[in-house]
Amino acid sequence: MSAYRGTAQDYSERELLIAIIADLLDGVRHVAVGASSPIPAAGAMLLRARNEMSGRERVRISILGSQEHNFFTNGGVEVFDCAAQGRIDAFFLGGGQIDGQANINLVGTGDYPRSDVRWPGCFGSAFLYFLVPRVILFREEHSRRVFVDKVDYVSAPGTSEGVARSGGPYALLTGMALFSFVPARKRFALRSVHRGWTAADVRANTGFDYDSPADPPQTQAPDAATLTILRGRITQELAETYPQFAEILRRARAAA
Amino acid sequence: MAEIVPLKELAAQVRSGMRVAVPADYCGVAMAATAAIIANRPENLHLVCVPITGMQGDMLIGEGLVGVLETSAVTLGESGGAPRFIDGVRKGAFRLMDATCPAVHSGLIAAQKGVPFLPIRGIVGSDLLKTRTDWKIIGNPFAENDPIVVVPAIHPDISLFHAPEADRFGNVRIGRRRELATMAYASKATLVTVERICETSLLRDEDSAAGVLPALYVDKIAVVAQGAWPIGLWGEYPADAAEIARYAAMARTPEGFAAYMDGFLRRLAEAA
Repeated sequence: MSAYRGTAQDYSERELLIAIIADLLDGVRHVAVGASSPIPAAGAMLLRARNEMSGRERVRISILGSQEHNFFTNGGVEVFDCAAQGRIDAFFLGGGQIDGQANINLVGTGDYPRSDVRWPGCFGSAFLYFLVPRVILFREEHSRRVFVDKVDYVSAPGTSEGVARSGGPYALLTGMALFSFVPARKRFALRSVHRGWTAADVRANTGFDYDSPADPPQTQAPDAATLTILRGRITQELAETYPQFAEILRRARAAA
Repeated sequence: MAEIVPLKELAAQVRSGMRVAVPADYCGVAMAATAAIIANRPENLHLVCVPITGMQGDMLIGEGLVGVLETSAVTLGESGGAPRFIDGVRKGAFRLMDATCPAVHSGLIAAQKGVPFLPIRGIVGSDLLKTRTDWKIIGNPFAENDPIVVVPAIHPDISLFHAPEADRFGNVRIGRRRELATMAYASKATLVTVERICETSLLRDEDSAAGVLPALYVDKIAVVAQGAWPIGLWGEYPADAAEIARYAAMARTPEGFAAYMDGFLRRLAEAA
């Protein structure tokens, strides 16, 4: 375990992930978030609050399936049309499996269609991955089960050749580390390792090969100002759409 | 033109082998009608999920009534995976047509417009194309070197959903859930259950008319209070999360599923 950096205040893993997401989203104007993605939503809300306080560009957040954070009026197709028009700058995707070329699998393991383990399905991934410029791959579980050499089923490919594509993977964030995606090399590059983990842990728990500096830095801790906004305003905003998650954050604070 | 009928008569419209389009949980799912349909046991249904499904699809699968499943996902949301769907996939109990959300919308929009297909970006390089042989890649006829996926029009026999209200003329309030209109335009017949019938026309003023599916596209309407339960209904009531969790737990085994369905069908029969 290494010492904390950048702040005298303690922080939880969730708070760290939220803060990293806000940093990854820096500069975007419209971010879409899936219905059951409280950490990405919190990251987007943090960016919006920060920008508001520093007089920077206004950030729009569309939370799919939410009544309060959904300004679409043309039904379920509008978010996809909106992405196709280039009006959505960032989105989050996960996956039961993610491989070293950023291919994602939301369908299942084993031989399709009779998958051994079956997940819900592709949702909009086979479309949005192509059309949203900054797709952040987010999966808290960092294991060889998730991060495989080659996915069993390609719901959406990480890169494409000879086909119109304005979007794709930007970064991969896990409970252990942060990677960038380098399209030219079709590979991930380790950017930093979260507190409590080592570069060797990341290597040991990742089933694909990736680029890494000799001594990757520790992930920057959220600063005091960020933690203050997060624990106040953001927790309140989250409660509207993700009451259970907001309660978990509050309880974790009370117990700390 | 729309006719207001008892639930039983509405449910009887769904017959074996039909292609039935149903909306996602956020749009108004006709759960009471689903129970009434299950009681009739229509077989080999082709379920078109617009663009995903949850408990409704899982129930129809568990009852063995689905021959073809066309969907972008099946999930019980916070309650996790859909157990009868997962079991059915493993057993090869139905033909699976995995999709991606905007492709389902595009197929219905093609039918809405009366054209045979619609082009759609993305998808190339996804394994979806390996099994969705009905989706093709063509060259953009207006540009060089621009391959693009085309998906065929989806023509459901029936669209089925639940809405807050209809007026006595058969116009149905769908608010901003525009995919319900797309489904109706694309389908041969549209069945709607509603919480209530209002006496004055929903088309009488411009504000309300904008969110209305005209009776022209609606065939049968049945009044069922709490007709989406345990799924929620927009603007009316939230989902009964505890009940959905109870279903998720029980439906893990065929026996548990049968016991749940027994209670579900009986409860709805008593309410009718």
